[in-house]
Amino acid sequence: MEFAELIKTPRVDNVVLHRPFYPAVEGTLCLTGHHLILSSRRQDDAEELWLLHSNIDSIEKRFVGSLGTIIIKCKDLRIIQLDIPGMEECLNIASSIEALSTLDSVTLMYPFFYRPMFEVVEDGWRSFLPEQEFELLSSLTDEWRLSCINKEFSVCPSYPAVVIVPKSIEDEALRKVAAFRHGGRFPVLSYYHKKNGMVMMRSSQPLTGTNGRRCKEDEKLINATLRAGKRGYIIDTRSLNVAQQARAKGGGFEQEAHYPQWRRIHKSIERFNILQESLIKLVEACNDQSHNMDRWLSKLEASNWLTHIKEILTAACLAAQCIDREGASVLVHGTEGTDSTLQVTSLAQIILDPRCRTIRGFESLVVREWLQAGHPFQQRCAQSAYSNSKQKWEAPVFLLFLDCVWQILRQFPCSFEFNEHFLIMLFEHAYASQFGTFLGNNENERSKLKLQTKTMSLWSWVNRPQELNKYKNPLFEANSLVIWPSVAPQSLQLWEGVFLRWNRSSKFLDEAYEEMVTLIEYNKQLKAKVNALRRQLAELETDDGMRENP
Amino acid sequence: FFFIFFLQVEQVKLLDRFSTSNKSLTGTLYLTATHLLFIDSSQRETWILHHHIAAVEKLPLTTSGCPLVIQCKNFRIVHFVVPRERDCHDIYNSLLQLSRTAQYDELYAFSYNPKQNASEQVKGWQLIDLAEEYKRMGVPNANWQLSDANRDYKICETYPKELYVPRTASKPIIVGSSKFRSKGRFPVLSYYHKDKEAAICRCSQPLSGFSARCLEDEHMLQAISKANPSNRFMYVMDTRPKLNAMANRAAGKGYENEDNYSNIRFQFVGIENIHVMRSSLQKLLEVSGTKGLSVNDFLSGLESSGWLRHIKAVLDAAVFLVKAIAVESASVLVHCSDGWDRTSQVCSLGALLLDSYYRTIKGFMVLIEKDWIAFGHKFSDRCCQLDGDPKEISPVFTQFLESVWNLTEQFPQAFEYNEAFLLQIHEHVHSCQFGNFLGNCQKEREELKFKEKTYSLWPFLLDEQKKYQNPLYNPDISPELTLLEPNTVSFNFKFWRNMYHQFDRSLHPRQSVSDLIMNMSEQNKQLEKDIKELEAKIKRRNGHVDGVLLKEPLQSAPPAPVLLKSPPCFKKEQPLMPGTDSVRTIEGSSSADNRYSEFMEELAKAEPAVVSLEYGVARMTC
Repeated sequence: MEFAELIKTPRVDNVVLHRPFYPAVEGTLCLTGHHLILSSRRQDDAEELWLLHSNIDSIEKRFVGSLGTIIIKCKDLRIIQLDIPGMEECLNIASSIEALSTLDSVTLMYPFFYRPMFEVVEDGWRSFLPEQEFELLSSLTDEWRLSCINKEFSVCPSYPAVVIVPKSIEDEALRKVAAFRHGGRFPVLSYYHKKNGMVMMRSSQPLTGTNGRRCKEDEKLINATLRAGKRGYIIDTRSLNVAQQARAKGGGFEQEAHYPQWRRIHKSIERFNILQESLIKLVEACNDQSHNMDRWLSKLEASNWLTHIKEILTAACLAAQCIDREGASVLVHGTEGTDSTLQVTSLAQIILDPRCRTIRGFESLVVREWLQAGHPFQQRCAQSAYSNSKQKWEAPVFLLFLDCVWQILRQFPCSFEFNEHFLIMLFEHAYASQFGTFLGNNENERSKLKLQTKTMSLWSWVNRPQELNKYKNPLFEANSLVIWPSVAPQSLQLWEGVFLRWNRSSKFLDEAYEEMVTLIEYNKQLKAKVNALRRQLAELETDDGMRENP
Repeated sequence: FFFIFFLQVEQVKLLDRFSTSNKSLTGTLYLTATHLLFIDSSQRETWILHHHIAAVEKLPLTTSGCPLVIQCKNFRIVHFVVPRERDCHDIYNSLLQLSRTAQYDELYAFSYNPKQNASEQVKGWQLIDLAEEYKRMGVPNANWQLSDANRDYKICETYPKELYVPRTASKPIIVGSSKFRSKGRFPVLSYYHKDKEAAICRCSQPLSGFSARCLEDEHMLQAISKANPSNRFMYVMDTRPKLNAMANRAAGKGYENEDNYSNIRFQFVGIENIHVMRSSLQKLLEVSGTKGLSVNDFLSGLESSGWLRHIKAVLDAAVFLVKAIAVESASVLVHCSDGWDRTSQVCSLGALLLDSYYRTIKGFMVLIEKDWIAFGHKFSDRCCQLDGDPKEISPVFTQFLESVWNLTEQFPQAFEYNEAFLLQIHEHVHSCQFGNFLGNCQKEREELKFKEKTYSLWPFLLDEQKKYQNPLYNPDISPELTLLEPNTVSFNFKFWRNMYHQFDRSLHPRQSVSDLIMNMSEQNKQLEKDIKELEAKIKRRNGHVDGVLLKEPLQSAPPAPVLLKSPPCFKKEQPLMPGTDSVRTIEGSSSADNRYSEFMEELAKAEPAVVSLEYGVARMTC
């Protein structure tokens, strides 16, 4: 297919762009295969807007006489308006945008066409390999092994080629366990707690069905992670009711009788369309500036977004508590083990493991616990808050995770190496990007798409020093402790950086942030200068001393 | 420490407010003449000033003892369990007596002794000079003059003696107008905007009933509008909801009839009365004090309390006022019913938005002295300093502080002071430790000789102003900051956690950016000094090497700054105030932790015998 077929009118002059808090810009609108470009073409200070078609969530057309208006709503929640003279031009542009923003083939997406203008110092595709992770683990314990059982993605299509499992469990047993777990997602290692050797595993639900099927290998596998005489906790991210209902469809949960050493805790976390609707309602509430206080608060409440945040954080805190305070191992799963399970396991690691609060550590966490663990990004992030498609598989699961991280970051502002912008950047790239990192639903699909060779990794770009500087938290001071966030409603806040980003001017807040950065930089300079002067003085003093006592 | 206590009870438990697991600290409770003191087993002290106590409640006896719940005006809530009912009863009765004061001279301020001598005391009171402040604004001038009409508080008992009025307002006009205004509170100058030549004036409602008019009052308003050469039109803002104002007409009060006054534009802005505000706060506290609160219960409670709606209404009114002055150069007359609650809020916030001086530490003190203390906001009644009518209590001043806090959140670099400053002022409005906020008006303060018998709060705050400085403050960053134009979209108003949960540490961020930045900014000053000293030493060394042996020059050491020693009580009542620790340390795991208590309950219910998770707390130190 040629993009040109979809672009009937590639260029329109005298288009006016309206964005909140900026003056209107008049210029030329150009459509390319992947971008919508508006350029003021003024010599003095040219203004250009580049918008990825894949960032467009929905468009609306309006006409007043022959002046057409297109309202473009983006996945990053921004809303822009284009006034286009000429009815035909406007209709053409609108239909092109519609077609180009909903391409159904992944290989037509921009990452396959994007050629980087920067020098690749480190190939991001090779920055976070499971082998490296295992090497790290091996230096702490020898109870685990790397299994290549899923080399062909045949045992579990949504798992990576290599996974970490208890050493005592053979591949043959894994095959049987995979058959007993939804989608073949047998329990694998998610996190090893250095402090006390406890672990967190994740999986999908066991397929016990209505007649209480059991699988000895499954029991053996998870029991292999327990210390003698110790109990473990299974955190089921569904309510007991939902878990019981799942049995009718062949799913289920671990029966006490068959897992006597495990104590099951149900912590309900919502999924799928409930989350999507929550996002849609929240964004709708935030975008309406005319709400009076009562209406705003009731809309905020009705969106349930902060309730979801609290649920997720609470479950993650519980998992972390079990590991760190109770000294118990934990298995986390819901139904498929690709959504709420990953929210819990990744947030628990942020709480427990200082490494995950560094930039590289967090990137590694996203790669391990989201990309390699098979969170279906392509399905979940196909549309954002403005879509009308209402597909069951669309859900802001990853955005909720980032929001939870932001909540913890706000409560421990000095314990993270990255700042809020880093989280916002990840949100943007998960939904629309020039990089291949978030394409596909799992490693299997990614390998078929040959992303490693055909696209650029987001990490290759982000991890360059000049880029990283934007995302560094000036307040960061490494903190090796476990950080327990408060989950009280009074402590949770709306993530303004994402949800109010386009709805208010942040000029004064940005300036204050800059001032803070300046102050911290100045502090560093002063300290360096004091040290240099002290050294100089000490040298002079020793010189003098030598002169006086030759 | 030394103190005399009348009562001492051992083995008292202090429960955590939000814990569902009944975690507690055990310690000894002491009752002194001024404070209730609890010292736990690790020698940590919790001081509660009797004047801060809003309510004491004895709950039904339990197996572990007799529960006693104390609610404070600074929103601290403590829950004790006293082993013996007899002791609990004694404490209860003593507290009831001690927290209710019948006369001013029984208040703490009259026994409080900060070890200042008489001249320091006088100087302290002179720190804020309102005549100086009017001069700074640019009055008296060609259009405005100081009137001595109220010299003996004859015309208006609740106004200060010094009042500024238009030059054309003669004494008969003043007298006539005052007779037509509720409590005699006739229109006077509150703030003069030099550049726009426009004024904020304040008064109480006119006694207009359904048809009454008063020529002198009409002249008074005309004089005000004529005193503004830039715009002959003036706004009259009635800060009440229209319905309330109309209802007042039946009682012979009411609002200005536009037909009777030339050149006025009349406007209602709809701020609710003190009773609505009181019950709104009550609801807010009920919601925020709930154990195991869900997000939706919190948000719907926040909504139904109406609290943030009221804060928004107050700020919206101030924005309206500021637009009239800044955009139209029009003078504005503000009133409500008596002109000492809503009027004080709107006038002071308006001035704060217009004039960056009020965003400095000293300027904010001046603003409070002028629009609140001098103009007779009834602090004594509103804060229930003396045992009085509970219907007079209302969080009007708290709302003012909260509005200012909201502005500091929107304009992080526009204010010299920080949140701790606002909280500290709130603390002392209720502490009755200093004379400033005692009483209801200036006349009362003079008669009771507060200035001789008590101390002023402001010098103490200035002494420790380092704690209250906003390290990001930059008055010159952008000239547009002279005039603040806040965005009052609903989503900009947030629940003030640090006010209403000041003492519930488990709800606060574990690391405070502002404390950190504050310390760093202090450190930078020290480092700059170090650099200068080091450079000087190196220079001297080099000179010394060049030849002449110089003795270390005798430096005349600069006199150490005379610091007033902060009184011990002043210190110990500041649990939130940032100290030198850059990071708030989270205290012991025994009671502070309530965060995941829901699990505890849930687990306990499900399988009480099998599992009991102990949830500890991370100890953060840097």
